[in-house]
Amino acid sequence: MSASSRGWNRDQMAARAAADIPDGAYVNLGIGIPELVAEHVPPGRELIYHTENGLLGMGPPAAADRRDYELINAGKKPVTAIAGAAYFHHADSFAMIRGGHLDVCVLGALQVAQNGDLANWSTGETGAIPAVGGAMDLVAGVKTVFVITKHVTKTGEAKLVERCSFPLTGQGVVARVFTDLAVIDVTEKGFVLIETAPGISAGEVREQTAAPLYSR
Amino acid sequence: MIDKRVGSVAEAVSVIKDGATVLIGGFGEAGSPIELIHALIDHGAKNLTAVNNNCGNGEVGLAALIASGQVSKMICSYPRSANSMVFPDAYRSGRVALELVPQGTLAERLRCGAAGIPAFYTPTAVGTPLAEGKELREFDGKHYLLERGLVADFALIKCERADPLGNLTYNKTARNFSPVMCMAAKTTIVQARRVVERGEIDPEHVVTPGIFVDRIVEVADPAVESELIAAGRRYP
Repeated sequence: MSASSRGWNRDQMAARAAADIPDGAYVNLGIGIPELVAEHVPPGRELIYHTENGLLGMGPPAAADRRDYELINAGKKPVTAIAGAAYFHHADSFAMIRGGHLDVCVLGALQVAQNGDLANWSTGETGAIPAVGGAMDLVAGVKTVFVITKHVTKTGEAKLVERCSFPLTGQGVVARVFTDLAVIDVTEKGFVLIETAPGISAGEVREQTAAPLYSR
Repeated sequence: MIDKRVGSVAEAVSVIKDGATVLIGGFGEAGSPIELIHALIDHGAKNLTAVNNNCGNGEVGLAALIASGQVSKMICSYPRSANSMVFPDAYRSGRVALELVPQGTLAERLRCGAAGIPAFYTPTAVGTPLAEGKELREFDGKHYLLERGLVADFALIKCERADPLGNLTYNKTARNFSPVMCMAAKTTIVQARRVVERGEIDPEHVVTPGIFVDRIVEVADPAVESELIAAGRRYP
């Protein structure tokens, strides 16, 4: 059996990340697996979701018959607003991000380096349309940056590396990585293994990681 | 009595000249002033620099303006769309230049430009390809890039309510870049879903004060971009 069908699935990765976000946190979730984090918040905790296009207090996706195309998320999908939500313009929204007012953001990744460098916006391929959105602002300003990603690419290449080969989104910004195989911290000495998924050994995680992986 | 209303979208955009820099409100379709953009296509001003978070959807609104060949440069943060090849084709063929700006830096460039601040330092994009050619400076042990304020000739804006003085309110996340764009343009042109009498908008609820607005036209029932695209519409 290949590693891709073992370990945590998308929802379990999101749930594992949600478990590490404290009650009362102001949170920005990236597009893709990070969006699932909102569905797995442990009971008794309230997180307030920020979407960079001008809403604090974002609720679940809008039902098919209640879609309002002037109430959307950063992925441009119709969403809802919770009681107590606030709308604001882009400069205020990014002052929340860039001024260090948000507690946690959860992003996807192409590569994470052992020094916390993140590459998640471009493969640098010629002819590709470069698009960065708010990723560089989030990693520069949010207090704690979490990454959720498969441990390796579809073709089996490591995404946790000594040094990113893709263009960077930010330098030394990632605090913790949640993959299908493990939870890994970025520390001053490099990657540190915090936890493995059920049935996955530390040796297996090391094999799939292209940088030293230290034990706690 | 000051009254900034004009009679039609055509009249509203008639002041836009070739070579102008035009800020266009909206984040994806939310807040996109489709009727003003279509009027600009009919008007025909060329060699425009357009500023928007994105590069349009389908073949209507901003995508149609790019397809018409009137835009020579885009300044934006996320020029990708699941349902439009207009910008990618124009970019790859060299017909449209791209200045890629992180989303928060774009918002801050507009706010600073509007406030008379020519440049500012930010940690966003330090150590990335978007830092190339920009001054790097250290404050309190951390690195920052120098970014320039951005001002423009025109802004095209969609709002919910406007009064004749140009005081505006918006609808939900359709607000996005519009308030800072109103502030950063020399001439701000607004389409309002509803134009109301003076005094109808509570001063406590005004989002964009009228000093930042120049021309207002009522578009009571604006098109919904998703619906136009779903119906296979293109402009013109």
